[in-house]
Amino acid sequence: MESIIPYYAQWIREGKLKVNSDWNQDLKVKFTVQDPCNLVRKSFGDALADDMRFVLKACVGEDNFIDMNPNKSNNYCCGGGGGFLQNPYKEERLQYGQKKLDQIVATQADYCVTPCHNCHSQIHELSEHAPTHWGTVHLWTIICLAAGVLCRNERTYLHDDLKEVNLPEWDETEFL
Amino acid sequence: MAEEPIVIKKKTEKSFKDMVMEQLPEGGNLNACLTCGTCAAGCPATGMHGMDPRKVVRMAALGMDEELKQTPWAWMCSMCTRCVHACPMNVNIPGLVFNMRASWPREERPRGILRSCDMALSTDTCSAMGTRDEDFQFVVEDVLEGVRMQPGFETIEAPIDKQGAYFFLNQNSREPNNEPEEMIPLWKILHMVGASWTYGSKGWAAENYCMFLADDEAWEKITRVAAEQAEELGVTSFVNTE
Repeated sequence: MESIIPYYAQWIREGKLKVNSDWNQDLKVKFTVQDPCNLVRKSFGDALADDMRFVLKACVGEDNFIDMNPNKSNNYCCGGGGGFLQNPYKEERLQYGQKKLDQIVATQADYCVTPCHNCHSQIHELSEHAPTHWGTVHLWTIICLAAGVLCRNERTYLHDDLKEVNLPEWDETEFL
Repeated sequence: MAEEPIVIKKKTEKSFKDMVMEQLPEGGNLNACLTCGTCAAGCPATGMHGMDPRKVVRMAALGMDEELKQTPWAWMCSMCTRCVHACPMNVNIPGLVFNMRASWPREERPRGILRSCDMALSTDTCSAMGTRDEDFQFVVEDVLEGVRMQPGFETIEAPIDKQGAYFFLNQNSREPNNEPEEMIPLWKILHMVGASWTYGSKGWAAENYCMFLADDEAWEKITRVAAEQAEELGVTSFVNTE
């Protein structure tokens, strides 16, 4: 039983997955990353948390990555897991998520990368209640963006600042 | 004159704490709590409905079984394990909370979670949205057709039940149902690195609400469907995606 994250890191190190952060050199869009409880603290530990950061920094530039505090195995749960998204305690869920909201706002990041479906749903919803309205994206989106293969209609969760950045050469118009 | 002796009745029923300790490895160290409060200090659910992780352990110690079995806080703790991670005595509070959930009569557990679990049990795909394998296959092929029109991705694949593939991938039901275009980036990554992978027609769904429901039997059943499919396909690695 493995996670795809260490493979992303391995493929980048081996040169099989060609990403670079040139697209963000002048834009300087800022990114932070969520440490999903089930992936990091409960399963693969800080080694996976480090791999996640390696991958993200390779894609967006080291200076454009801002870590949350606390982080890795000590990070706070966002409140998307444990069935919270399906139970009727919505008010409590958003209250639970306040800690995560404060953490992300403190990073001043434009985007929070969430390598977990539950985190993605919860953190996406939290951004609607936050002063900074960050974008919430999966790591796969950022990897493809940095590899120059993310076309126009694969950018559902990117905001206007990134809708047209580093498009594949051929993707001039609405493709599909 | 001799006083009447006070007869202390011996408790014949096992306490909730004792029952849980039988379930958890090393009894979950439930008797080792120092009441230091490190757990409560770092828990986002502290204060909800007047509860926190330390209180839960103390209630168990004091035999407040009825209160423990009825508090909705069992569903506000996400079992994130930050408490036990920080606890100097390794007290397994999430394990206690899981058993609190399991003590609710099944039909009284939160309806959304219950419905999702039952939905997943109703199909071999284990999809909590009830997506059948032919629907999944249709969406995958439909999206794939579009991606193959992109320069550089003419030969991209998204196999289902490919025998002997290296990776068995799971897929959350949300994408095929609501946002199929979100499946594409991962396919592109796998294509670019030349990875050998497959979905399974059975057990492709990544979510497992029966685990959240604290229904052990159902949780196991769903997990086994995916595991058996992976084994039947002769894959090398079962990979959890994002």
